[in-house]
Amino acid sequence: MKLDLRLDTSGDFYAQKFQPTKREDTLILNMGPQHPSTHGVLRILLEIDGEYIVRAEPVLGYIHRMHEKMAEVMSYPQYLPNPARTDYLHALAWGWAHVGAVERLMGLEVPERAEYIRVITCELNRINSHLLWWGAYLLDLGAFTPIMYAFDDREIIMDILQRVTGSRLTYCYYRFGGVSKDIDDRFVAETREQCTRMKERFKMYKDLVTDNYILRQRVEEIGEISVNACRKYGATGPVLRGSGQAYDVRRAEPYSVYDRFDFNIPTYDSCDAMGRYMVRMDEMQESINIIEQALDTLPQGNFIHPKAPKRAKPPAGDVYFAVEGARGKIRMHLVSDGGKSAYRLKLRAPGFSNLSLFGEVSSGTLISDAVSILGSLDLVIPEIDR
Amino acid sequence: MIVKSIRENLGGMWSLLVGLRVTSINFFRPHVTVHYPRQCVPTLEGYRGHIELVPLEKDPLKSKCIACSNCVKICPTSCISLKATKPKKAAVAEGADSPAAKVPSEGKKEAPVKKAKPELQSFVLDYNYCSLCGLCVQSCPTGALEFSDDVYLAGFTRQEFVFDLLARLQRQAQKKEQ
Repeated sequence: MKLDLRLDTSGDFYAQKFQPTKREDTLILNMGPQHPSTHGVLRILLEIDGEYIVRAEPVLGYIHRMHEKMAEVMSYPQYLPNPARTDYLHALAWGWAHVGAVERLMGLEVPERAEYIRVITCELNRINSHLLWWGAYLLDLGAFTPIMYAFDDREIIMDILQRVTGSRLTYCYYRFGGVSKDIDDRFVAETREQCTRMKERFKMYKDLVTDNYILRQRVEEIGEISVNACRKYGATGPVLRGSGQAYDVRRAEPYSVYDRFDFNIPTYDSCDAMGRYMVRMDEMQESINIIEQALDTLPQGNFIHPKAPKRAKPPAGDVYFAVEGARGKIRMHLVSDGGKSAYRLKLRAPGFSNLSLFGEVSSGTLISDAVSILGSLDLVIPEIDR
Repeated sequence: MIVKSIRENLGGMWSLLVGLRVTSINFFRPHVTVHYPRQCVPTLEGYRGHIELVPLEKDPLKSKCIACSNCVKICPTSCISLKATKPKKAAVAEGADSPAAKVPSEGKKEAPVKKAKPELQSFVLDYNYCSLCGLCVQSCPTGALEFSDDVYLAGFTRQEFVFDLLARLQRQAQKKEQ
């Protein structure tokens, strides 16, 4: 038997598909799927000319877990823990999209107090998500200290959320017609305390990181995405707002009680990584603003609809529900045939559209800048692969 | 042009000094973290660990579970399995008064059997597959399930995470008695 010990240079299916090129002096490079800057199992095929990227193509599907198929097999309440597993950083928004779609189809009314609790917890979770992005992004850019400060704040928020939701990351808190547990005075007091603390911390973050010269050199005028490119790829969230378009689902298609709160939608016209960075930093402050307003006007009442069904069985029909996640517009399109599980559930992951931009934006940039662009898109791979 | 770049660089250096001030202030602040194996966090209130059975108030060796299987049906990952025995007709007849025992023999459909509660034999939780959603606790009609607060649960094999909750309940009850 003769073993062929030559290096297999042909690559796998994706590499072969990516391979054909007119140029002969370029190199095909695999970034990922275990690259630390991809935050998960994202693989990017790069055609490089020296340090410059000629072409880039993300390869997805390494953590595909059939979340959409599972919705067709599991009954509605059984699917409740699933959305949190798609985007583990902003789990509550995904859970909200699911319960919101089912509630809309059933015509189930959510008590006002439950809506306020949802807003408060979801915004706390958004701050958490942005804080982790902030720390991890700076880690990608070579700064180690900020993630420690970010986790200091995150732990406090997680402690607050743990007392009501019972978990620290993959929350399963929202139920059809409300939430699973009421908040108490201690929750309110702790949240207020954290809000005032966070305001001080933001000043520190600005001094430590945002004004930092080295960071500015790494993010300013890097990865410029025009509004038209965002529209072309369907990018939403901070990526779109960092390109100057003030689109936020909380304002554009107000759901729940968001129309009662007074908050700004931060936008930046610079279109670069700094713009997206600033949008997220401002968004955290807006979230705190919303939380404080919600705590001030928190009504009394039920935390779950008294006649909320234990086994939800929506009538036949189809429904669409969108919420604003930390990464953009989360949508769920639910088609029901009147059975105990969904006929079809389509999840729209904002990260997928945002990632699709990467190929266009990164061509012509340096590899180290591509890492910066990738980080500024705030990708959560399990959400993209679903 | 040169003046502009010098000013930019000086401003940049100043920003680094401002950053250094922040880190040096934090350097002299007390620790935020704890040295885990030697120290533990004071409270982890609200932590939802794996589920466990709630004992009856009068008999701590028995659980409140009535073996209705609601939790088994609703569990998304089907990690709960329970066994219950239907009380035997003879046993019911022994326990009940003799005229009542005669009723089923006359043709009416097992009326005394319906009244007798099935007894829980085993309640096994495969914690490997549990996603801690809490649907079982919510769906329990008698409140026989609760979350444990065992934060530092760890093991070497998968089999260690298959819990016999009824045995655990009895173990805990015996421990309390001692």
